[in-house]
Amino acid sequence: MTTLTRSPGVTRTSVPAIRRQRRRWTGWQFTWPFAVVFVIAFIAPLGYALWLSLFQNQLVGGNAFVGLDNYVLAFHDPAFWASFGRVLLFLLVQVPIMLLLALTAALAIDSARLYATGFFRIVIFLPYAVPAVVAVLMWGFIYGDNFGLTASINDWLGSSVLAPFAPQWMLVSIGNIVTWEFVGYNMVIFYSALKTIPTDLYEAAEIDGARGWQVVKAIKLPAARGAIVIATIFSIIGSFQLFNEPNVLQPLASNVITSSYTPNMYAYSLSFAGQQYNYSATIAIIMGVITAAIAYVVQLRGSRKEDR
Amino acid sequence: MSRTIRPAARRTVAALATSLLAAGLLSACGGATSGADAGSSDPQASLADLDAALEEGGELTYWTWTPSGEAQAEAFMAEYPNVTVDVVNAGTATDEYTKLQNAIAAGSGAPDVAQIEYYALQQFAISDSLVDLNGFGLDSLEDQFTASTWAQSTVEGGLYGLPQDSGPLILMYNKDLFDEHGIDVPTTWDEYIAAARELHDADPSVYITNDAGDPGFAQPLIWQAGGHPYTVDGTTVSLDLQDEGTRRWADMWNQLLEPGLLADIPTWSDDWWKALGNDSLATIVTGAWMPGILEGSVPEGAGKWRVAPIPSYDGDPVTAENGGSSQAVVKQSENPALAAAFVRWLNSSEDSVNVFLESGGFPSTTAQLNDPDFLGAAPDYFGGQKINEVLVQASENVSTDWQYLPYQVYANSVFPDTVGQSYTERGDLNDGLLAWQDKLVSYGNAQGFTVNK
Repeated sequence: MTTLTRSPGVTRTSVPAIRRQRRRWTGWQFTWPFAVVFVIAFIAPLGYALWLSLFQNQLVGGNAFVGLDNYVLAFHDPAFWASFGRVLLFLLVQVPIMLLLALTAALAIDSARLYATGFFRIVIFLPYAVPAVVAVLMWGFIYGDNFGLTASINDWLGSSVLAPFAPQWMLVSIGNIVTWEFVGYNMVIFYSALKTIPTDLYEAAEIDGARGWQVVKAIKLPAARGAIVIATIFSIIGSFQLFNEPNVLQPLASNVITSSYTPNMYAYSLSFAGQQYNYSATIAIIMGVITAAIAYVVQLRGSRKEDR
Repeated sequence: MSRTIRPAARRTVAALATSLLAAGLLSACGGATSGADAGSSDPQASLADLDAALEEGGELTYWTWTPSGEAQAEAFMAEYPNVTVDVVNAGTATDEYTKLQNAIAAGSGAPDVAQIEYYALQQFAISDSLVDLNGFGLDSLEDQFTASTWAQSTVEGGLYGLPQDSGPLILMYNKDLFDEHGIDVPTTWDEYIAAARELHDADPSVYITNDAGDPGFAQPLIWQAGGHPYTVDGTTVSLDLQDEGTRRWADMWNQLLEPGLLADIPTWSDDWWKALGNDSLATIVTGAWMPGILEGSVPEGAGKWRVAPIPSYDGDPVTAENGGSSQAVVKQSENPALAAAFVRWLNSSEDSVNVFLESGGFPSTTAQLNDPDFLGAAPDYFGGQKINEVLVQASENVSTDWQYLPYQVYANSVFPDTVGQSYTERGDLNDGLLAWQDKLVSYGNAQGFTVNK
């Protein structure tokens, strides 16, 4: 700074017209290891999916460019919108329950009133470490209403009140599995946010006479807000992409979990059972756009609150 | 694609590379386009050429889920040391077809030989993915196979696979249960329905059989009832899931479904195996390959189970095929002659079929079916019953005029979405069949077939 002879103001007004800043590409060259991976792993598949969605390939008659026909078809496809409505309902019910449970667990562990917090943290987190497929298979046994745990409970009650695979309960059953799997994961996110709160804030609160719930409301929740927004976005994406759980349960209740139970399952069966790769790509892109839009709105709302 | 280009031709080809690339992208997802240009015209060769190919040797990849696949390949390599066969279990049935379909669409990665069930064979044949084995003179083997399995390996005059096994529909029943309740084993469907009611009334935990909705079960039963819902002529398909025979089955099965006489247990699920061992299911209507599987998988059922012909509608012992596979040569194969020679050995040589029999399979070759040792076998598991006599009799009673759809894999995948709804509601199966038909007609037309027009 001190070596500058001209004032910055002079440089800015007089130079651009005469000596245009030459573009320096040196910096860009350092990005190529990233750029190559980014293009291969991210841009190319996306571009290919977009490309695919503009064609229609028939078992008889081959491939033809159809423009946006697949998109028009998707917007009028009741099977697609039914599956979309299902995951939306799932999102509106399951995500708040799961996040509330996770937040409660994180606050409890952080409250310093619990013995063996390390033990509880691990135990609540453990389901997340179980591979999803294994977890769902296990729940499949528990839900079994012929010879599984559910059947035993029904026998004991002398009724058949529990029917986890019935059409009206299936989404609840899946929600229960997903909650079980992800409460621990979200709890860890929340807990780590709570851990970053400087202790002097607590000291100040104590001096001010704030206690229990007041500390939670005035210090802990505002500090965790960013983490809550992130966890919400992850959960929204996760809900829209619901696939593993219904897919593994499908053989146990194939009439209830249809081939278009969730948008992802629909895209999967279109592609792999029906060879409708093009329409499948269209569904995937529409779902991607919707998910991105909703996640973006949540992020906007979340950060606006943070600014206040 | 570049695999087949020789160095000398490289320069001229280079100019075309960009346009080829574009074409490659277009065809990359095309189920109808074959990646192996070299083999796209059907071969003109003879049995002698197959022997020469075996002599010359080479490497083959073979996709199968048959339990005896590995042992058969070992025996083959012992006999033809110049050939190496790599046996890959690429998943069972639909899982394998998904991978096969993808490999064919991608233009590479498909095996030389693949196990394909009869119902799916037509789909792969019509998309020009399989080699017509008539071109290698394998049509001369027709006499060695049962008429029904041969008919199912043939699509519009082309031979697209050699039959591995067959699965004529039979009735397996738990003799203890029938004895305990003093009920005769049903020989007609009317008796079957009556027995279902009696058994379930006597003990509510006992069901005549299970059915949670399964296309691989419903269609053979429609076949047995004399239904012809699918008529395929090239790419023209006529579809009627309300024809006389189909209705006959649906109306009969409604009498079991609607009053709740069927256990809602999916076939092949863990609960199903349990139910077969703990006396909750009195019968299963299944293929002739099932006794071997039952013996291996349900030890608790030893001595209880017996085999009988499938109940009839009017005393006519006609039956149908339930499942069964063929081995097909995939067009992508770089050595189709060798692959065809392997398939020939696999499904028609005594050495191979004997290995297959040892693992409990049910053959499609008449020589083995009529072998006195085979017919006389009386396994203890089945109380010393000469079960093969019943099974072979069934294989002779299969009606041969059944056709599957050229997009049967898709059709089966949407069966639960449509007919399955009749099962969950315990409603009229005919409604579900009509919904299924709607789906199949619109899919077929969207895929370029001419369906019901």
